[in-house]
Amino acid sequence: MRRTLLALFFFAVLIAIWGAIVSARIWSPVLLPSPLSVWEYLVNAARDGTLLAAAIVTLRRLLAGYLIGVAVGLPLGLLTASSTFVEDTIGVLALGLQTLPSVCWVPLALLWFGQTESAMLFVVIMGTVWSVVIATDTGVRTIPPIYARAARTMGSNYFHRWTRVILPASLPYLVSGMKQGWAFAWRSLMAAEIYVTILTGFGLGHLLHYGRELNAMDQVIGIMLVIIIIGLLADKILFSPWERFLHRRWGTGKR
Amino acid sequence: MSLQEELRGAPPAKLVVDHVSKWFRQKRQMVHALDDISFEVAEGEFIVMVGPSGCGKSSLLDIIAGLEKPDKGRVLADNQPVLHPGRHRLVMFQDSALFPWLNVFGNVMFGLKLKPGLTNRERREVARFYLHLVGLEKFTEANVHELSGGMKQRVALARALAPNPRVLLMDEPFAALDAMTREQLYGDIQRIWHEHRKTIVFVTHNVREAACLADRVIIMSPTPGRIREIVPILLPRPRDFNDIEIAQHAATLTATLKQYGAAATATTR
Repeated sequence: MRRTLLALFFFAVLIAIWGAIVSARIWSPVLLPSPLSVWEYLVNAARDGTLLAAAIVTLRRLLAGYLIGVAVGLPLGLLTASSTFVEDTIGVLALGLQTLPSVCWVPLALLWFGQTESAMLFVVIMGTVWSVVIATDTGVRTIPPIYARAARTMGSNYFHRWTRVILPASLPYLVSGMKQGWAFAWRSLMAAEIYVTILTGFGLGHLLHYGRELNAMDQVIGIMLVIIIIGLLADKILFSPWERFLHRRWGTGKR
Repeated sequence: MSLQEELRGAPPAKLVVDHVSKWFRQKRQMVHALDDISFEVAEGEFIVMVGPSGCGKSSLLDIIAGLEKPDKGRVLADNQPVLHPGRHRLVMFQDSALFPWLNVFGNVMFGLKLKPGLTNRERREVARFYLHLVGLEKFTEANVHELSGGMKQRVALARALAPNPRVLLMDEPFAALDAMTREQLYGDIQRIWHEHRKTIVFVTHNVREAACLADRVIIMSPTPGRIREIVPILLPRPRDFNDIEIAQHAATLTATLKQYGAAATATTR
């Protein structure tokens, strides 16, 4: 409770400073709108439904791309960790592509798929899959071999060992990998939505883009806030329970 | 099989190690780890292998467990050649090797779930029985990281005993523990061995531990690992680690190890 209050106080101060800077008229209000005008934009956008519609479009793309990315990345990571052949081929490819900023996929996706949902999906998947591969691979390689040996003596066969020992043992890495994958998916999708103008769905990235086109700074900042808040919520709702479980079981994360 | 029969314990197995040799490949050369090792372990016997590090005693234990294959020779458990690991020969490692993603109860259940012929209710019953046996019935829901080193080894012991193996293989299980905890466990392991009749092969570099626990001590020397002597310890049980006679036997064992130039790294902690 005290920590929540403290956090709230911190953000209140932050907004107060923002308001003070606006009142001091250091920058033109076109470039730095007041907190109140951003709030008004958000209330209006929420009221006429554009905000919710855009958020739903964006989250639908994000979830689809992310889930496909994890579904592909996880098994690939297990493969790179268990076979030197896959490690030397797919593993090297994954490492290389992971370093590529996901925005770089946008031109290619546009040429391949045109202004379509597929282009969006492709960019998000490419942003997600490689970091999930790398994290899974690292996780599996970090497991002390004694776990598998102990399991073998108790009669655990190959398949059982993968599902009951190696996967759960690498869970801390898998969760942080999936969290990282989520962050990358989020970034890639925003890049895609800002650059790919399509008619099949108007996402948060598009609102941001048109905010810039119309010089509507209250919209730009408002949408940025929404994007930040969705990111925060996703972290708290999707990953925090897992991380709490891991910390409790493994005894990590204590200070 | 009824639960009562299940808990009574399987008959201990007889082990035959028959002309076992093992080489390991290191960067440029082959290291001769075990040279023509032969011995027999009777049903329900407590065998301790002592020797300095590098004498191949842990590799030998891995071969008996079926985790490694010998390059020459073979191991028989009840006249059946050991080809792979199996639940009749369970291993307790120096590092408890408990699974951090499971709680204490889950760890003890791990091997039991792999054992056919039991209902899940019976498995839980068996797990509780062995946790009680090692004195940890109050810690079933605890996480592994919340346990002390001695408690971890107790859980590892319960986990190894629960599927009712006929042979227990112990690889320096108490080496990382403090002296007090260790002495307590010497008492416990002797009691459990006496009540549940297991064939035990125990590896250590601590001669006093060997004298305290063993029916027979196998003395090994390194490079390549060889058996030098097999010394029976004919003291009444249960034995107290601090008993003067244990110390005397330990001194004799140390002298024997020294004779083969192997005492430098063996300790009498």
